[in-house]
Amino acid sequence: MSMSFFIHLFSAHKRFTELLTKDEKDLPNNRVPMERILTLPELKSNPFRKRICNVFSTSEYKDGGLTFEDFLDLLSAFSDSATLEIKSHYAFRIFDFDDDGTLDCGDLEKLVNCLTGETDDTRLTPEEMRQLINNILEESDIDKDGTVNLSEFQHVISRSPDFVSSFKIVL
Amino acid sequence: MNFQLFTYNVHVFYSDEARRRAQNRRAKPQRKAKKVSDDDEDDEDEDEAPRKKGQRKKTKPQDSDEDDEEDKRSVKRKTSKASRKKAKEESDEGSEEDKKKRRKQGTAGSKKDKEEQNKEKGNVKGKQGKDKGGEKDKKKKNGKISRNKPWRMKRRLVLLKEAQEFVEKFEGALGKGKGRKLYAYKVMMAKKLIKFKRDFENFKTACIPWEQKIKEVESHFGSSVASYFIFLRWMYGLNMVLFGLMFGLVVLPEILMGLPYGSIPRKTVPREEQETAMDFSVLNDFGGYIKYSFLFYGYFNNNRRIGLLQFRLPLSYLLVGVGIFGYSLMVVIRTMARNANEGGDGAEEGEFTFSWKMFTSWDYLIGNPETADNKYASITTSFKESIVDEQENQKDENIHLRRFLRVLANFLITCSLGGSGYLIYFVVKRSQDFAKMEKENLSWLEKNEVEFVMSLLGLVCPPLFETIAELEDYHPRIALKWQLGRIFALFLGNLYTFLFALFDEVNEKLETEKSIKNATDWAFEQYYTNYSSHYNTTDVPPPNVHPADVIRGPCWEDAVGIGFVKLIVSDMQVTYLTILIGDFARAFIVRFLNYCWCWDLEAGFPSYGEFDISGNVLGLIFNQGMIWMGAFYAPGLVGLNVLRLLSSMYYQCWAVMCCNVPHERVFKASRSNNFYMGLLLLVLFLSLLPVVYTIMTVSPSFDCGPFSGQGKMYDVIMETIEQDLPPFLANIFTYATNPGLILPAVLLMVLAIYYLNAVSKGYQNANLDLKKKMKITRDEEKNRRNNKDSTNEVMKDLEDLLPNKSLIPPPVEEEPHPDVIVDKGAKSPKIKPGAAARGVNLQKDVSLAAPNPRAPVTRAPGPRRGPPGNARSPQPGPGRGRGRGGHPSR
Repeated sequence: MSMSFFIHLFSAHKRFTELLTKDEKDLPNNRVPMERILTLPELKSNPFRKRICNVFSTSEYKDGGLTFEDFLDLLSAFSDSATLEIKSHYAFRIFDFDDDGTLDCGDLEKLVNCLTGETDDTRLTPEEMRQLINNILEESDIDKDGTVNLSEFQHVISRSPDFVSSFKIVL
Repeated sequence: MNFQLFTYNVHVFYSDEARRRAQNRRAKPQRKAKKVSDDDEDDEDEDEAPRKKGQRKKTKPQDSDEDDEEDKRSVKRKTSKASRKKAKEESDEGSEEDKKKRRKQGTAGSKKDKEEQNKEKGNVKGKQGKDKGGEKDKKKKNGKISRNKPWRMKRRLVLLKEAQEFVEKFEGALGKGKGRKLYAYKVMMAKKLIKFKRDFENFKTACIPWEQKIKEVESHFGSSVASYFIFLRWMYGLNMVLFGLMFGLVVLPEILMGLPYGSIPRKTVPREEQETAMDFSVLNDFGGYIKYSFLFYGYFNNNRRIGLLQFRLPLSYLLVGVGIFGYSLMVVIRTMARNANEGGDGAEEGEFTFSWKMFTSWDYLIGNPETADNKYASITTSFKESIVDEQENQKDENIHLRRFLRVLANFLITCSLGGSGYLIYFVVKRSQDFAKMEKENLSWLEKNEVEFVMSLLGLVCPPLFETIAELEDYHPRIALKWQLGRIFALFLGNLYTFLFALFDEVNEKLETEKSIKNATDWAFEQYYTNYSSHYNTTDVPPPNVHPADVIRGPCWEDAVGIGFVKLIVSDMQVTYLTILIGDFARAFIVRFLNYCWCWDLEAGFPSYGEFDISGNVLGLIFNQGMIWMGAFYAPGLVGLNVLRLLSSMYYQCWAVMCCNVPHERVFKASRSNNFYMGLLLLVLFLSLLPVVYTIMTVSPSFDCGPFSGQGKMYDVIMETIEQDLPPFLANIFTYATNPGLILPAVLLMVLAIYYLNAVSKGYQNANLDLKKKMKITRDEEKNRRNNKDSTNEVMKDLEDLLPNKSLIPPPVEEEPHPDVIVDKGAKSPKIKPGAAARGVNLQKDVSLAAPNPRAPVTRAPGPRRGPPGNARSPQPGPGRGRGRGGHPSR
């Protein structure tokens, strides 16, 4: 298509092949397991790293392994040129921990726990958690069904000033 | 014509999902083209066709359901799609569709359709090139579209390949040869530029001093504590400028071009002090060598011009002394104005505060584990801040009790403020009496009574106020403002006593100075008469006395300067010691003695200290007031203050991170720290008064400082105007200082203030109105969004992406027969059992939305009257969610 496309493609391919072991390199269409994908420094300290792998994986075993195509999918969703629509779409799927197509209370709680880190002193108390989730549902759950669905999510996200700039991974 | 051709092409190439996206929104011809595609589907699912046709004319929600179903089908048929697409490219496809249309639609529109189709065909034959151009555009567009859709890579690749082939075929030489290299170069440069921009941004952030430190503090302690450090940083910047002015225009010229040390009396230590001039105890009191150094007013000579440059030092001294105030005033006011633009008292007005925090706060570019930890902390803190705000909003309170308590608290605090004010007044009065008595008769307590009472008040009152403020139960941010205001009032007493004592000292010094001056004059006279009578000559050489032995006055300016420097230094010592003992030692004991103590020290009594925002901010503000007042009498004070701020930045950052715990209720600071700035402005004004008073009325010492020999300090300016400026300028000055001119000017300014005030009020009202309107618009949009149909396409893309191709359970309230879903629910395992039952109540909740009547359709739909998808038509279109079943006219 264009030169920049190929430049991106090459660098992505290089990073991807670095993750492969020697004998895997010869095989076509091989899958890198999630554990090795997570060693990428760009993903290492991301609290959603496992979710990201799972979302972009096309593996039938649901182990989060990525083929090169999946890897490209990931990079393009997190690239500069991806639109708000794409980004919000994938963000929704990343936050949708149980893959049921809506963000319910369980998803939101997991999301909060991801954001506040693993240590106990940064955790919110159950009371704060309840209040927080209530507030979020009050704000963004427009049809009041107790969950945030994709269109509601995109409605919220599209008004955020810094989502597009922060939802980005650069190799 | 070309446009129609184009849309036709688009519809040939679009996949079914994309085609449906055009639904309800497109203009008439597009709508028709869509029908073509729908009919195409009907061809495949011939048996479902009649039902579908009926459904399409029913209520809109059902329409959306049907879309879902269609989508399911489209997933099944996905494999066959590519071949079908190619088949469509052939031209006879168009006529086939045309036939179908004629068969299915007996409406008037079909004739027009036919015409259009025929035109299209003609176009294909006749304007081959145009067609290709259009197709090319479309293919290119396809590439873009594929990037803008959240599709799987495989699907994209298929589309991309098609588009690529086409582009290669028709773009020809454009992509080869010279142009290609240039293009590659351009792309490379664009990438480089982007990278450079990013690096530059990073560099700019790195250039902001202490940004990292403050961010770290903010992430752990909240924005309120960080606001103190930001204020401190701002203060440091201000003081750096003041330091530059003072040292660049006053101190350095005197050191470089003025007379050297020891050449004249004011630059020499007197003989009787020389023995002890280097003793530590003397230096510690800023006596000895320090007193006669460039740090203080007395060191500067009163030569009108010095050095090669003919630098007018006294004039420069006066102008810098006043200019410091002018600059500070300007900066403070400008910052306040800028902050006011940003506005807000910290409570966010956005409607998605929490959701944004939740969904968009993580920065995916973070690759460093330490940064990630800080980010975790900051996100947690900001959650907590917002929760505190929200709790405050939701608090349902007994308004009468609350009011009573607030009045009571204010009464108590006014009482204690009045009491401490009287105490200060009483003590100062007493100390004046003591000063007249002989020092030997006084006890230690009586001598230091004022300082003792002052520090006692400073120690007791702030915690007392804080305790009383508990009664008021304000939001912590507002409570902080009240606390700041109250302690400020208390500290004003402090300032008052200090200034009072200082003026007493000055008056006393002026008395002694007068007698010494008389004595010196008398001695000179004696010398001259003796000399002339002895040598019988009128040409008398000046007395040959060593500068250290000259009799000199007390130099009250130096005394004032030393007073301020002492105050600043002792304040600094006290602050640092307090941090060391009150925070560090306490944290140390609590942390390590906790292992062998009978109760839990960390959770129980001493626990760790919290960062005292109000005390620190006020300390900083009053410190700055001292600097403003003292800088005129001690130019070195500004340099000292820069050092102090620098060290306290590092020291306090360390202390807060190491020994303090976050506040119990972490609260968000107001976005503009205009309250701090307002207090600062007040202090600036208060400190301006005494300095200007002394410049205008008190006569300077006769033997020290740049103004010695003048009647008043500002005479320097008069002298310059008279001697160095052309006479017409002097005239202008005399006119300008005429009361007849000044009074109208003041009047004009007052009127201008009144006018601007009125204008700003008007803008404020307009702002409020606009805000209201925006809120209404948002609500409307919410209601529109509430209707699922308009956003359904996106849902379909999502379904396609879900790993097991599971479908989202269709919105329950729009489903007339829940059983149908359960049948199809084989693919949607996550459907909730209670969902169908809950759907009944939902409609009551969504009061703002238009109701979705679920009455069965009892009569056949009438003929369509207008463009069904046109959202602007006056009749409720399907996109508005108003069911047709409810309208008896149809």
